[in-house]
Amino acid sequence: MTETALPASPPKPSAAARAGTFLRLFARNRMAAFGGGLLALILLVALAAPILPLQDPFAQDTTQRFLRPFSEGHWLGTDHLGRDLLSRLIWGTQLSLLVGVSATLLAALAGSTLGVVAGFLGGRIDNVIMRSVDTVMAFPYILLALAIVAALGPGLVNALIAVAVVNIPFFARNIRGVTVTLANKEFVDAARLSGMGDTRIIASEIVPNILPVIVIAMSTTVGWMILETAGLSFLGLGSQPPVPDLGSMLGEGRNALISHPHTSIIPGLMIFAIVIGVNLLGDGIRDALDPRLRSGALTRPLPATLVDRAETPAIAAKPDALLSLEDLRVEFRLGRRTLKAVNGVSLDIAPGECLGLIGESGSGKSVTALSVMGLVASPPGVIAGGALRFQGRDLLAMKPGELRRLRGDKVAYIFQDPLATLHPLYRIGEQIAEAIRVHHPVPQAEAMARAVALLKQVRIPNAKSRAGNYPHELSGGMRQRVGIAMALANEPELIIADEPTTALDVTVQAQILKLLEDLRRERGLAILFITHDFGVVAQLCDRVAVMYAGEIVESGPAQAILDAPAHPYTRRLIACVPELGGGRRTLAAIPGLPPGADDLPQGCAFAPRCDKAQAACRAGRVALTGQEPGRGVRCLFPETAEDRTETA
Amino acid sequence: MNSYILKRLLSAVPVLLGITLVVFLIMSLIPGDPATAILGSYATAENVERLNRQLGLDRSLPEQYVIWLTNMLQGDFGRSFSLNRPVLDEVLDRFGATLILAGVSLVLCSIFGVVAGVISAARQYGLADKAITFAVLIGISIPSFFLGMMMILLFAIQLRWLPVSGMYSIYGGGDLPDLLRHLAMPALALSVVATGVIARLSRSAMLEVLRQDFVRTARAKGVPERRVIWRHALKAAMVSIIPVIGVQAGFVLSGAVYIEMVFQWPGVGRMLVEAILRRDLLLVQGGVVIVAACYVLFNLIVDVAQSLLDPRVKT
Repeated sequence: MTETALPASPPKPSAAARAGTFLRLFARNRMAAFGGGLLALILLVALAAPILPLQDPFAQDTTQRFLRPFSEGHWLGTDHLGRDLLSRLIWGTQLSLLVGVSATLLAALAGSTLGVVAGFLGGRIDNVIMRSVDTVMAFPYILLALAIVAALGPGLVNALIAVAVVNIPFFARNIRGVTVTLANKEFVDAARLSGMGDTRIIASEIVPNILPVIVIAMSTTVGWMILETAGLSFLGLGSQPPVPDLGSMLGEGRNALISHPHTSIIPGLMIFAIVIGVNLLGDGIRDALDPRLRSGALTRPLPATLVDRAETPAIAAKPDALLSLEDLRVEFRLGRRTLKAVNGVSLDIAPGECLGLIGESGSGKSVTALSVMGLVASPPGVIAGGALRFQGRDLLAMKPGELRRLRGDKVAYIFQDPLATLHPLYRIGEQIAEAIRVHHPVPQAEAMARAVALLKQVRIPNAKSRAGNYPHELSGGMRQRVGIAMALANEPELIIADEPTTALDVTVQAQILKLLEDLRRERGLAILFITHDFGVVAQLCDRVAVMYAGEIVESGPAQAILDAPAHPYTRRLIACVPELGGGRRTLAAIPGLPPGADDLPQGCAFAPRCDKAQAACRAGRVALTGQEPGRGVRCLFPETAEDRTETA
Repeated sequence: MNSYILKRLLSAVPVLLGITLVVFLIMSLIPGDPATAILGSYATAENVERLNRQLGLDRSLPEQYVIWLTNMLQGDFGRSFSLNRPVLDEVLDRFGATLILAGVSLVLCSIFGVVAGVISAARQYGLADKAITFAVLIGISIPSFFLGMMMILLFAIQLRWLPVSGMYSIYGGGDLPDLLRHLAMPALALSVVATGVIARLSRSAMLEVLRQDFVRTARAKGVPERRVIWRHALKAAMVSIIPVIGVQAGFVLSGAVYIEMVFQWPGVGRMLVEAILRRDLLLVQGGVVIVAACYVLFNLIVDVAQSLLDPRVKT
């Protein structure tokens, strides 16, 4: 989980405000505006056909056959019967639009009626209607249209009916879905209780609510229907001579394609212009309506987190540290807002050491952990400052390829929710073997054998057959063991465990912790253990660092901090841990919420929730100071023995 | 796994029955006397009467349906009056040509569409993404029959690279290279729209998948980015791409009707259009039923492929 402290969600916008956002987003989309403009222009010209000074579209003149475009008196030339192409094009466009829109209206009316009836009445009627709809959908659409035209005979009206019928299922399905949701709403129950009949409820409660859905469905299909009716006319099954629509013009032009291509190109380009206009407009509407696109959530994370440091800090190499974080700053840049998730975190981990990083959700602990190997999703995440060193090498200056070679080989991760973090479609054995093979050129069989051995090591029974299972076939605890086995695959120097036991129940949690503890002792692994649970820290960690609002507020040896917390926040966090056999002690929840990452107070971030806060706390940044060797606390008024007995 | 396939096979039976019922109901819409409509207005009274008896057109609708269905199950789809041969023979003769055209197009649009979508997603907002997005917009907006005609003008008339129409050369053709030369343009023209649709969907499916936790796990393992995209992400994205390819098969089959007309391809689509224009209704009826049934079976294959890819589907 990438945790970001987002501010409380804003109050639901009013309908007007939402319409405003929609229009703004829509107008910002230049392509959609272009499509809309193109369509409006075509529509305007087509509608104005009767008042434009056009020649008679039916007037034949065999002396003027196949005139090229820009001929005198005929801007777009003439067709095989010497008829003016400009006039036929505009009248043809009008007819094509008219037929396409009529077919859409017809399909929407019939389909929506079926959908409302099926969705509202339910039961057997619903079953019969939806089965029929499914059957119609089982046809490739044109076969059905051809069958209808075959039965009714070729002709424009029959083609219109055929296209409309073929599209009824689309409307019926969509509208039924919406109606079913509406039919179970309270206001419909209320109407029923007040004695209204089904017809009145549908007319007064259902229809007004589904109208917008129908309109949107129509706007997405109208371009398609224009194209389909033109297609039937092109085949000679729609508009019959001499009446021009775009499809029949193209069909007639085809006979002279090689000798006089302009008779085909002109109507073809018009169909293309209409369809591209509808598509651009439709895309614009869809993008403006899709809330996921608004928040930018559908951006793909880059292979490694972006690094955008104002300056590269020169830091003396620490020979005894395996990993060191110096003044790390991580931000999430969302449009104009910048959320500061990590604000200058410094940490050192020695080889073989276990460091607990603890804090509430949104404290920035997971982001800190993920940024070590550049795994913070980016965009929007950016490493905005500081330095990261692993075995003395600057991680932030590394090329993606170098960083990749460290990942999973020297530094491995264990994540929180193993169902989401394992690939659902690969067998677990393959997933572990892959972790080996991307770093070491060993044959597949050897990697698989090693994977089975790893599964045994994390105490999975029947490891050999389990290796052939998919993640969804395992229990939560088993999956987490697989995650651990994968992390161990290349015997890393450091394991970063991001809340590996949070999703598990208590007994499994204890087993997993025991397993990690054993592995650490056997192999001399260093572990960075992210958690929100002091109980876990007590069991596993040598040292602990407490995070709050993107900063370390206290750090030191685990036992010392557990015995005598110096920061008021730490004290209250420890007080949250229930003790087995501790009697009926009330667990003190910490009142209030951590500050939003875009709204950090000037002074101590914990001051608003702290019962000891004074004016000085709110005045400016508080430094991390050490009272005893190896300990640091970011507080002006650290806890005294007296304070501690109070809560104990 | 086998029980799943069996279950899907059985579930196709009611759909196939439904298809025959729909076609039957549509054909019962024929205005006037069906036998006259089928045989044309120059038919002798004697022939009309014989056909009425043969098809049971003098009976009630349910009886007619049962008679028709039984005949079909025995392989008797009636006789095409304009071609004077059994409907089934004619449809089977033509079906191969359509299968080649539609099959090759479907393969083309699946490969190009998925590859374009993956590249587009992997280079989101980059130059390649913008170029692909623009090409896709043009591709899905251009009517296939118009595109086909423009291709003829360019590749057959201007450049003289490829033959204008047909499936084989009249003289000296008939081998595979000859077929491929004839197939190139129609298959490409037919695949363009579907390629665009599949590319669009693949792009958004990939963007969806790339944000998921298991992709981060793959990166945390040190999997090279290329493998993250083309193996881990694409495999998961295929779960939502395959059904769309199944749906596109219907559109490709539909588009084949236009393309067969433009390129004079001797397939079943062109046969249907010509049969309608000649009012050869039994040929239309039989052709529609057979092609629709094949489409249902194809969708069945897609479902089974889906279950092979995604072990979670097994039910």
